[in-house]
Amino acid sequence: MAAPAQRLSAARQNWHRFSRNPTAVVGAAIVLLVVLAAVFAPLLAPYPGHVGAVVDFRARHHPPSFSHPFGTDNIGRDIFSRVLFGYRVSLSLAAVVLGIAVPFGTVLGLAAGYFGGWSETVIMRATDIALAIPPLVMALAVTAVLSPNLLNAMLAITALWWTWHTRLVYSITRTLRHREYVEAARLIGASRAHILFREILPNCVSAISVKVTLDCGFVILLGASLSFLGLGVQPPTPDLGTMVATGADFLPDDWWEPVMPGLAILFVTLGFNLLGDGLRDLFDVEDVR
Amino acid sequence: MSDSPLLELDAVSKRFAIRGGIAGSVRGHVNAVRQVNLTVQRGEVFGLAGESGSGKSTIARMIVGLLPPDGGTLRFAGRPVVQSRAIQMVFQNPGASLNPRRSIGQSLSVALAAAGVARAARRHRIADLLGLVQLPADTALRYPHELSGGQKQRVAIARAIAVAPRLLVLDEPTSALDVSVQAKIMELLVELGRSLGLTYIFISHDLSLMRNFADRVGVLYLGEVVEIGTTEALFGRPAHPYTRTLLASIPVVSAAEARLRPDIPLIEGEVPNAADLPSGCVFHPRCPYAFAPCTDQHPAFTRAEAGQTARCHLLAGDAASVHDMTTREQPA
Repeated sequence: MAAPAQRLSAARQNWHRFSRNPTAVVGAAIVLLVVLAAVFAPLLAPYPGHVGAVVDFRARHHPPSFSHPFGTDNIGRDIFSRVLFGYRVSLSLAAVVLGIAVPFGTVLGLAAGYFGGWSETVIMRATDIALAIPPLVMALAVTAVLSPNLLNAMLAITALWWTWHTRLVYSITRTLRHREYVEAARLIGASRAHILFREILPNCVSAISVKVTLDCGFVILLGASLSFLGLGVQPPTPDLGTMVATGADFLPDDWWEPVMPGLAILFVTLGFNLLGDGLRDLFDVEDVR
Repeated sequence: MSDSPLLELDAVSKRFAIRGGIAGSVRGHVNAVRQVNLTVQRGEVFGLAGESGSGKSTIARMIVGLLPPDGGTLRFAGRPVVQSRAIQMVFQNPGASLNPRRSIGQSLSVALAAAGVARAARRHRIADLLGLVQLPADTALRYPHELSGGQKQRVAIARAIAVAPRLLVLDEPTSALDVSVQAKIMELLVELGRSLGLTYIFISHDLSLMRNFADRVGVLYLGEVVEIGTTEALFGRPAHPYTRTLLASIPVVSAAEARLRPDIPLIEGEVPNAADLPSGCVFHPRCPYAFAPCTDQHPAFTRAEAGQTARCHLLAGDAASVHDMTTREQPA
């Protein structure tokens, strides 16, 4: 049959366009590398034991060397090993926050955009209010009232992050709700759930996935900022932000202690941003076609 | 009674608010459709003709129940119109009427599911439907961007008939297509109408198409029906000056066709703003035959011939008919 072959070639076409887009390829490579590093951290880390509160006074403040590629910290732990484990924390933060905020925000955006009326008013005004609060301030407030730990930091970020997705999906839904195929679905008697999740949602997916990719970078950065301020991940759990904060005390002589974890944050954030931009270019072409 | 009309529009009106300013306050209204009365009989093809902005699409959307009227009533088979599978619509733009992210099979499957066709039987029914609109069965696996405009419109027709409607509203179904494709789609519609016993409301600005396809035609001007008649009467002896100017504007290629064209001075000016309608007869500012009552009295429907009525003062009372006036002006 001709049609499956055509689908295959469409997929190949997409892959071809993707592989010709250096931004997307570099971004994807970085993200893949970071994800693999995080998943296989126990196998890859030269000193997996250094994740905890290990103290080795003989190895304090060693500069980067062959045995310690990123150097060692103030109590003699291998920074490279801790960065690998730190990625686990960063990525799980992003996964949990976005895993909750994105579906929640998307459903609200669909409802507000499609139904209009009072549901639109309630949802969109709530969104405006939530958007008026800077996420960092919210996180500071939540972790100050509750106890400063990773869970509360996630809670605080999630509580605000859905708004962006609500607004994004809302605006797309508004433009699609009177599109002929949506009206045709209404006329043939399709259910509301079908129209929202089968007719409209698939047309939001490319925009959502670009946003989610870019969000990963922002959420990781925000998580690191909170940890840097001492409100996120608590020692001895290795976290990139905490490591930068602790290492900053030893600047400028032992520069590698804050700079290496800092570069690690930059690396992963950059990867997600490049991938997000690349995906956007890819989807823009697709939508024009 | 089997000869009661399938669809009746009784004094149907629709107006849209014009909003503006920072607060979005209502600054005026566009009277998109005013006091429209229509009856459509079972099995007939009723044509609605008019320029863009004449309210054709607004009427279509009210008939299928996508838009509630502001005044008057619409009755389908004797009951008020609600959105139902019995009334379906084929949209003007085939590019927008199919979901780009869903395969043709998926789009048709939804219609079948809504019509209560069991999951197991759907695949078979999809092939049947595609066959009815003369598309190969493997079209089901394709996505809209892989199809041509004509093929997409066929799929849209298949989706509409999948739910076994009784009335099909065709909103400029071929205006986005090439002329050669147009003819084939119209042929298909005629055939389906006959085999499935469908009643059509055919909306178009293309009068040649209307003449070939419709049994009866209503002419819209500024949201108002100005003339209704059988295709024969309306095209043969148009009673309303607006209908005559419309017919005179059909491009012709032969002298024989040109002779069939009504002779009427070309009208000047633009269609008036629907937010600020003229007094009296809405057509009077552009009507070459306008006389005293036209500027301040809204004309009622007057019978012109059997099965043909028009809203025109020329037809009422002692006034000479529009035919006489134009004949008189013609050189002997």
